[in-house]
Amino acid sequence: MNVADSAPAMNNLLASNADSQRTLYPYVTGTSVVGIKYKDGILLAADMGGSYGSTLRYKTVERLKSVGKHSIIGASGEISDFQEIMRYLDELILYDNMWDDGNSLGPKEVHNYLTRVMYNRRNKFNPLWNSLVLGGVKNGQKHLGTVNMIGVHYEDNHVATGFGNHLARPILRDEWHENLTFEEGVKLLEKCMRVLLYRDRSAVNKLQIARITEDGVAVFPPYSLKTFWNFNAFQNPTVGAEGSW
Amino acid sequence: MDGISGDLNAPHSMGTTIIGVTYNGGVVLGADSRTSTGMYVANRASDKITQLTDNVYICRSGSAADSQIVSDYVRYFLHQHTIQLGQPSTVKVAANLVRLLSYNNKNMLQTGLIVGGWDKYEGGKIYGIPLGGTVLEQPFTIGGSGSTYLYGFFDQVWKEGMTQDEAEKLVVKAVSLAIARDGASGGVVRTVTINKDGVTRKFYPGNTLPLWHEELEPKDSMLDILSSASPEPMVS
Repeated sequence: MNVADSAPAMNNLLASNADSQRTLYPYVTGTSVVGIKYKDGILLAADMGGSYGSTLRYKTVERLKSVGKHSIIGASGEISDFQEIMRYLDELILYDNMWDDGNSLGPKEVHNYLTRVMYNRRNKFNPLWNSLVLGGVKNGQKHLGTVNMIGVHYEDNHVATGFGNHLARPILRDEWHENLTFEEGVKLLEKCMRVLLYRDRSAVNKLQIARITEDGVAVFPPYSLKTFWNFNAFQNPTVGAEGSW
Repeated sequence: MDGISGDLNAPHSMGTTIIGVTYNGGVVLGADSRTSTGMYVANRASDKITQLTDNVYICRSGSAADSQIVSDYVRYFLHQHTIQLGQPSTVKVAANLVRLLSYNNKNMLQTGLIVGGWDKYEGGKIYGIPLGGTVLEQPFTIGGSGSTYLYGFFDQVWKEGMTQDEAEKLVVKAVSLAIARDGASGGVVRTVTINKDGVTRKFYPGNTLPLWHEELEPKDSMLDILSSASPEPMVS
């Protein structure tokens, strides 16, 4: 007569005693983030979706945030963990400012800090369930890198998380070059985001682009992309093969 | 397993439909009133809109136990905070306290919450706090198992800057639609309206709610129908 809910039982198997914990699975998640270096700095793009399993539940989630004066971060994965990471970063920047010594944390340092946080949580089997893109400019040096929930981190001229790795990076490998102008960079990112919109089930058509240059950070207002459906092959796809798709 | 009485030892869960909506001047919180243990309705007139402070209320969904204990802790903390602050707490602070409990205990809790209220700094505000402890400030939000039936409805009818009357009618209509389709939601519709003038609770029993598709006007007895209409019953 007792059909107890199995989730607590499974939880007990995975946690050896009452105190040890682990994040088992994400609930509200963000999808791809794409980042590129361009002539004057870094450009990041991400949509504003917060999925709840297969439901596109939230459509105005800001996944691109500035960190201090020299960096911007984009996050995919569990949004509550990203919110916690932002609290860590805001505290980091605050303490850095409190030294009041004219020095400020650059993107390389922030990226390294995040790597340590993510890797140490992974070692305790309690990861922050995110894949992060960290970009910035300091003293003329551009930096663009990524860190994920298992602590894997690297830098490149263009990075992406999640589906972006499969759909956006091939485009970027082909079309990215040094000295992209701002306009060229935005168009390139939009090309990537449009493909993601077509092919990623958790993408929503509302996105933001963020830019960072030596002069500072700009997170642009949300907007939507036009999509194209008027291919001949789309009009009558099953003519001559009824029942196919 | 006894199929008729259902699983009386299953955790109390509020299937639930909960809604929080801002309007021009404040917020309206709404909820159904069904609490179930497995298939049995343990409480058909629950109050899922719980007070945290004079000006902040919370809608509870998911595990009844988890949502009650989180509310109790937050009410306790907010009470102390109000004393120390010397003025009413802001809605944001209340929402953040709920976040702390939900986020830091995410492995053990199973409750989705909506915090809504009015303070003199920001006016009426709604914060959605789903499973996992994400906090999102929104013009409106829906939660609970019944909310799945309302995404399309809100996509269509939501607009900014409604009057209090429009907002209350919208919330009642929405909860009533969800009750019609979600087995885990039912009973009465309760609303709590919060603005600068204070808090108003309203109660809408089933007979005051509109009828939806395939629902019939309730009668005392079939005999009433027989006596008024033509005496020939349906025969095939």
